[in-house]
Amino acid sequence: MKSARLASTLVFAGALAGSLLGGSLVAQQKEIAYESAGDFLKLPDDIHLGEVAGVATTANGNLWVYYQGGGPNATIGASRVYINGGARLLEFDRTGKYLREIGTSENDRPYAFLFAQGVRVDPQGNVWIVDRASRMVVKFDQTGKVLLTLGRRLEAVGELGSSGVFGRASGPPGSGVPGDNFNQPLDVAWDAAGNIFIPDGYGNARVAKFDKNGKFIKSWGATGEGQGQFNIPASIAVDAKGMVYVADMGNNRIQVFDNDGTYKSEIKNIGAPRAICISPGANQVLYSSNSNPTEDPFQNGEIYKMQLDGTVVGRFGKAGKQFKEFGMVNAIDCRDPNTLYVAEMMNWRVQKITLK
Amino acid sequence: MKTRCIYGVAVALAMAAGMTLFAQAPTGGAQTPPAGGQAPPGGAQTPPAGRGGGRGAVSLRPKALDTAPDIPFEVVRNFMKLPANVYMGEGIGVATNSKGHVFVNTCAQQTRNFEFDQNGNFVRELGKDSYGNVFCHGIRVDAQDNIWVIDEGANSIVKYNPQGRAVMILGRRIGFPYNGMEPPVKALDPAPPYIFNRPTDVGFDAAGNIFVADGYVNSRIVKYDKNGKFIKQVGHRGSGPGEFTLLHSLVVDAKGDVYGGSRSDARIVVFDNDLNYKTTYDHVGAPWSLCITSGPHQYLYSSNSNPDSNDSEIHKVTGQVFKMELDGTVVGKFGVPGKEQGQFSTVHGLDCRNENEIFVTEIVEWRLQKFILHPTAAKGSK
Repeated sequence: MKSARLASTLVFAGALAGSLLGGSLVAQQKEIAYESAGDFLKLPDDIHLGEVAGVATTANGNLWVYYQGGGPNATIGASRVYINGGARLLEFDRTGKYLREIGTSENDRPYAFLFAQGVRVDPQGNVWIVDRASRMVVKFDQTGKVLLTLGRRLEAVGELGSSGVFGRASGPPGSGVPGDNFNQPLDVAWDAAGNIFIPDGYGNARVAKFDKNGKFIKSWGATGEGQGQFNIPASIAVDAKGMVYVADMGNNRIQVFDNDGTYKSEIKNIGAPRAICISPGANQVLYSSNSNPTEDPFQNGEIYKMQLDGTVVGRFGKAGKQFKEFGMVNAIDCRDPNTLYVAEMMNWRVQKITLK
Repeated sequence: MKTRCIYGVAVALAMAAGMTLFAQAPTGGAQTPPAGGQAPPGGAQTPPAGRGGGRGAVSLRPKALDTAPDIPFEVVRNFMKLPANVYMGEGIGVATNSKGHVFVNTCAQQTRNFEFDQNGNFVRELGKDSYGNVFCHGIRVDAQDNIWVIDEGANSIVKYNPQGRAVMILGRRIGFPYNGMEPPVKALDPAPPYIFNRPTDVGFDAAGNIFVADGYVNSRIVKYDKNGKFIKQVGHRGSGPGEFTLLHSLVVDAKGDVYGGSRSDARIVVFDNDLNYKTTYDHVGAPWSLCITSGPHQYLYSSNSNPDSNDSEIHKVTGQVFKMELDGTVVGKFGVPGKEQGQFSTVHGLDCRNENEIFVTEIVEWRLQKFILHPTAAKGSK
């Protein structure tokens, strides 16, 4: 009797829970089964990851990791103290074995390495870093040679009274200065022709487009909630057709533009997208992370898998500190759509995630 | 280090005020701080009376100073052996693991953590150039030999596994502008569950729950489960029951009771495992640092460290470490202020895994010292 009563209670409770959740998005979405490779990266004894801002794979499966570490020295910027040498760029092989660092000593690190924001590998295998504090995007070839720089780091001692932004902005707030005068850029992506798209950023609220040689073409966007406006364009991806997907984190949506920046559509109900990626190949899919906020390492954190039109295929994960949980994902690599690498700011690590 | 110095000076001044008070009027007629928060003449500041009220200025002299028997002790001379060209800075935290290795947290040109073996030989640096190394405040080792580093500048506590890899981070360092955090400038009440403001210490109960002393500003103890999930917090700034005026140290006993050291008003405040207030010990001076022994009969040690001002008058009544039963009964004391080996130059770290083997790190002399206590000799002697 007892067990029967207990069973009926459970059934009732289940039905109640079902009816409560039935109308919500969560209950309708498929949970994707997944595994974490755990402690995947093998680091030298004296290298310790800090907040991992970016991770990106190369065609042969190697990994580039750009992260914010500590550093003993600081520079006084125009309005802020910067940690020198705190941002570090490492390469690993596909098994997680450490291969090398770009700039092995603090003095050798490239001038743009101030506060890590992202790293991406373009279709030709070049490695691009995005740095918030130096306001720069730098293109390296696979040997680590600098091929192109966009933006300029503030001088160590700025002009008195300078706002820290070069040039004169003439458009609405957030539209920035035409060109590469970034104000905390956040990501980089390319179309098939090699055009460069940069969401800019925390300071500005626009997307800037350059040709493959770094020549400014145009930028669009301003601070706001309307179509074509942004509240922290945190991440960007371009599909095979050249359509541009911008994670508009503060507005809880992904906005989709054509290659010229004309607004097309938006994807909502996926939380606040902090990191997005689009897989290569014929059947492209879009991933987006609803990363937890600083105040709560256990809130949100799920990653959505979508078709390019925004239809959610499924979701997985949640915020937390264990493996299989996420601490503020700031980048996703999905070169292989079923083997994802995620960079975590608040857990100081990269996880290799295998979807089933 | 500036900030620490400012606090140190404030404490020194407060204690100087206390000294004067003691010398002139040991009983009754205690001076209270001027109303309206004005500084007394001469610029000396008395500690805040707190919302508990009624305490007035804190006497510098611990109540137990004259009654506590001296515990005979010796120092292991030249225990710490650093490689050539590696330097300790200010000795901030010390902790031993189950193998007897000694971990030291130091404010050098940058915050660093060193590991020594049981003979004081240098083994390695832990967490070199870590993002969590900003402004040292302590180091502790848990029952599984994980090493926890407390950093009041990074506002974080980093758990390293025994291999030396960061496996959990509590709190978050303020990074570049707009990472969701503004520089904390004042106490928040209640403070946010997962954000610290100059945390000072960490402790663990048998179930692996984590207790964080937070700290210089927020004046609260926060309890998390072993996975870092918030459970509960307690404390405000003040000198009443369950309050702190500079919560500077924390230990947890085998039953799970939590001891918080309130430095500026010289109290140890005790809570049960659910952070319900139990009692206060106010007879052993300012608990700059606390440690608790292992084993079935636990003892609590508290360092009434001499302030870093090198004031000879203050040094007459500070600088000793008290040994207590967990109920606060004083068993004895040892140590005197000074710069020589075997003396204390502002103890900031204390480890007593073994009851009679005490490790200290000190602010003024840049060192780690090991002491051997001989308490049985104390009983035999006068």
